[in-house]
Amino acid sequence: MTSGDESRPVTEEELHAHADGLLPDGRRAAVEQYLAAHPEEAARVEGWMRITASLHDTFDEVLDEPVPARLSGLRPPSRLWPRLAAAAALLLAGLAGWWLRGALPGGDAYREAMLPHRAAVAHAVYSPEVRHPVEVGSDQEAHLVAWLSKRLGTTLRVPRLGPLGYDLLGGRLLPGDRGPVAQFMYADPAGKRLTLYVARAESGETGTAFRFSQEGAVGVFYWVDRSMGYALSAELPRAELLRVADAVYAQIEKVPG
Amino acid sequence: MSDRDRIVELIPRLRRYARALSGGRGEADDLVQDTLARAFDKLHLWRPERDLRVWLFSVMHNLHVDQGRARRARPEVPMGGEALLAPASGGPGDVLERQRLIRALEWLPAPQKQVLLLVALEQLSYDEVARALGIPVGTVMSRLSRARATLRALLAGDGRAPTLEVVR
Repeated sequence: MTSGDESRPVTEEELHAHADGLLPDGRRAAVEQYLAAHPEEAARVEGWMRITASLHDTFDEVLDEPVPARLSGLRPPSRLWPRLAAAAALLLAGLAGWWLRGALPGGDAYREAMLPHRAAVAHAVYSPEVRHPVEVGSDQEAHLVAWLSKRLGTTLRVPRLGPLGYDLLGGRLLPGDRGPVAQFMYADPAGKRLTLYVARAESGETGTAFRFSQEGAVGVFYWVDRSMGYALSAELPRAELLRVADAVYAQIEKVPG
Repeated sequence: MSDRDRIVELIPRLRRYARALSGGRGEADDLVQDTLARAFDKLHLWRPERDLRVWLFSVMHNLHVDQGRARRARPEVPMGGEALLAPASGGPGDVLERQRLIRALEWLPAPQKQVLLLVALEQLSYDEVARALGIPVGTVMSRLSRARATLRALLAGDGRAPTLEVVR
């Protein structure tokens, strides 16, 4: 022992700091001397250090585990603002497209492009939602269908896409330019989502063939059947999306009416 | 790198702490998920001078307390508990050794366990632990001391059954 700082008696706090590698350099020699002179205390501190080593031995492997999607899925891109920005970009791109085609809003080209475009924007806004992707979940499917049917003023039917690997998550009601719109959301086991947008068609339109529109990253197959417009959106290869769209179309067509 | 990227980068550490705190993987990841959701919501409240890691642990701590997870009944010390925690043969990597540690942690009261894990596992300084948990440094030291004494008694299997007074 010398003088000053180093001659202070060693405290319990300093023993912990020693075990935790948090001891200031100026006190190391004093603590080490103390432990050398007190074997019981040294055994106690050694016991603490063994516990620390065991904790790391037991739990450090968590650091190497891949982070589950539900946690990494909370990444910022799923937040509202970036999503709204993505939706706004889609909206602008769409408007620019019509402008370049020389079609002003209100014209036929505008109306034709409206359905897939609105569907893609709704898809971009809601499909990244982690906690509240839908308003009513598939566990209340009967209620969901009755509610949305009533609001749209038609009998809706939710296609079953389970055999294709997409399970219903649920649905929500959205505002459209011709009244309420229904959005149904599906997900595959990897979490890949697709949405089916159902809106009342433009007056006079009773039926059309399948059409495809690429809206940014979102691909949309859309058609009109018995005065209802349908648009299926997902970030999927076109062929895969078509496969699902065929199934949706076949099931909706079967409904008598 | 943005604050959000730095939060994402810290997810593995949040998971490690939550796992040690709660034991089960599902429950631990639920806690991490809630922590991230709240952290992203409250990011504007975070001041750069506060260490992001400390702040995230404090968010997690508050959730843990709010949701009553910390108060969830822990197993009572069973009769012959000391025998269950008798030393296992083999090195520190031994499976039995890990199970003993996990069981011993379950017996620690949450406030002691939080301090011990933040210090020993997450290697926060005592000041940082005090800030993360919102308690004085003196309380950090006394909880750390009690946590270590209790764990040592449990893991030493020296024939002394831990009394309820010790583990509370």
